[in-house]
Amino acid sequence: MTRLEARLWLAQRATALVLAVCVMVHLATILYAVRSGLSAEAILGRTRGQWGWAIFYGAFVLAASVHGAIGLRTIAREWLGWRHGSGVAATLLCVALALLGWRAVAAVVMS
Amino acid sequence: MALAPLQVDVWRGREDGGFQRFEVPRQPSQTVLDVVTYIQRHLDTALSYRFACRVGMCGSCAMMVNGRPRWTCRTHVDKVSEGGLVQLAPLANFPVVKDLVADMREFFDKWARAGGQFVPGATRQDAFAVVDPASAKRREADAGIECIGCGVCYAACDVVAWKPDYLGPAALNRAWTLENDVRDQGGSGRRAAVASDAGCHACHTLMSCTEHCPKHLSPTRAIAGLKRATWRIALGDEE
Repeated sequence: MTRLEARLWLAQRATALVLAVCVMVHLATILYAVRSGLSAEAILGRTRGQWGWAIFYGAFVLAASVHGAIGLRTIAREWLGWRHGSGVAATLLCVALALLGWRAVAAVVMS
Repeated sequence: MALAPLQVDVWRGREDGGFQRFEVPRQPSQTVLDVVTYIQRHLDTALSYRFACRVGMCGSCAMMVNGRPRWTCRTHVDKVSEGGLVQLAPLANFPVVKDLVADMREFFDKWARAGGQFVPGATRQDAFAVVDPASAKRREADAGIECIGCGVCYAACDVVAWKPDYLGPAALNRAWTLENDVRDQGGSGRRAAVASDAGCHACHTLMSCTEHCPKHLSPTRAIAGLKRATWRIALGDEE
């Protein structure tokens, strides 16, 4: 238990670092991209076949999934008293968030 | 001109008790502990409360004063009365023994669970340890060493309220002072103890402990230090 708690804390800290960078880049991209209007065509034109963006958003999705799931696990344990189920639920949520996010990334890069 | 008497609502009984109103004459520079003592000596001798030193050293007189945990011997009535009214209750997050007396057993048991005991490494044959007061570790230990164990931080901590097995700010502050004591040999065992499910990682850095500590210590800083110190456990270098 001791090692798990320490590792989850470290994972949440590390993903927070990744998220801080990703969110800044994401916001800057939005500000830049909407200058020429916001259309599906413009977005896909920028992302299609761009493997750099795929890697960037793939990492963003992974960091958000891990970070969010650890936080929700803590909330479930503290507020709902979920001692045993919280780890399994958080793992499932993490996997679901990552799969859905990667699917979205794949959709705009590979379509 | 004489000051108007103070209206004091005092908790009576155990958890299922209630407030009882007393009227206490005002004095200049009167402390909240003076008020409680007046009630016990002149109005109701059955009132139970705890104190010893009266000068902010022993940590035994802490209570909830108008909803905030405070050391009552160093709290002036002038500073806390609201419209001539003061409400006194036993410390929050502690079981109630009777009236204003909180049960401190669990609080101090948690100090032990957090590895709060000094673990010596030298024998009586060894020379005295020479510790440079200006060294970084000693300064870190000194920053938290003046804790008087009053329980104010524990009563102020929301995480303790939500998660009753959380070790709490005072116990973790103690662990941090020992982590920085170069004479102490309890390091890895203590780090494992404070990295438990109910240990330092449960702290959400709400800083109520630091806000309320009458000695102006920062258990929040100590807990942040413990989180950093447990990296070695996370990376598997330490059990």
